[in-house]
Amino acid sequence: MGTEVGLSHFLVVSAILLVLGIFGIFLNRKNVIIILMSIELILLAVNLNLVAFSAALGDLVGQVFAMFVLTVAAAEAAIGLAIVVIYFRNRGSIQVEDVNLMKG
Amino acid sequence: MIATIAFYVFSVILLASAAMVVSSRNPVHSVLFLILSFFNAAALFLIAGAEFLAMILLIVYVGAVAVLFLFVVMMLDIDFAELRGGFQRYLPVGATVGAVLFIELVLVLGGWKFAPDAATLRLSPASAQVSNTAALGRLLYTDYVFLFQTAGLLLLVAMIGAIVLTLRDRKTSRHQSIRTQTERTVAETLEMVTVSLGAGVKETGIFRPKVAEPEPVEEVHHGH
Repeated sequence: MGTEVGLSHFLVVSAILLVLGIFGIFLNRKNVIIILMSIELILLAVNLNLVAFSAALGDLVGQVFAMFVLTVAAAEAAIGLAIVVIYFRNRGSIQVEDVNLMKG
Repeated sequence: MIATIAFYVFSVILLASAAMVVSSRNPVHSVLFLILSFFNAAALFLIAGAEFLAMILLIVYVGAVAVLFLFVVMMLDIDFAELRGGFQRYLPVGATVGAVLFIELVLVLGGWKFAPDAATLRLSPASAQVSNTAALGRLLYTDYVFLFQTAGLLLLVAMIGAIVLTLRDRKTSRHQSIRTQTERTVAETLEMVTVSLGAGVKETGIFRPKVAEPEPVEEVHHGH
């Protein structure tokens, strides 16, 4: 690769980003908003991977798929935040540990 | 050379801001760092040559999703100090899982290689004549048009779902009741009364508020 920005550079960055996202889920286990943000980071890492491979192979389908991932991520964020809002309205907190109503 | 320097700068900022997202004490700062990391990821997309995706990332993520996060964080009155409680407790297990995952990823990165016929297996090779946006559009509206429609349907479902989830029917709110409106008849809403001329005004004495006199405009002396 030399000094040229290659595929492996992108792969390392996205791997670190993915690990940071998963680390964030474990670290902020009580705060559901930060967990949602960590999921966004993970999906961003996935997108970076797809784009890097698409650029390395010269194949555009990777970018099309990254766009669909982006769509799903946006929908997921909207629904997740809506659930957070109604949960806060009902319980007055967003502690993940309190979410045990359906335990049976 | 410039691309390399830019790549390293943007990726370092991206990773640092991602670390701040997960470790920041204030969720508002987390969201702002998330926006910063999206910006830097868009720059990385540009370096990789995916211009359209970079712009979409800025518009959709920074413009919509991150601002949505910001709204929710600021709208909910949450005691965030309480939520930080288990930070120290979860640190070891999180670090362990993260380290294991990272080592696995590094092992994968060290060992993989392209298949020998990878170049022939490409579904739609990018051509140098067409710009990135035009090529993506050609692909998206022809080969992947059904997937594109499905993505739109997904967004519609998400939108309706979010509205249905968060819409609350308060008893005190005044809704328009179309049935009541259309069932009104002239007989029950209108009453014809014969009034003698000037009687009502004399009886009640219409209160007319005094119109305030316009204040005299003071002459302003401009210093020359």
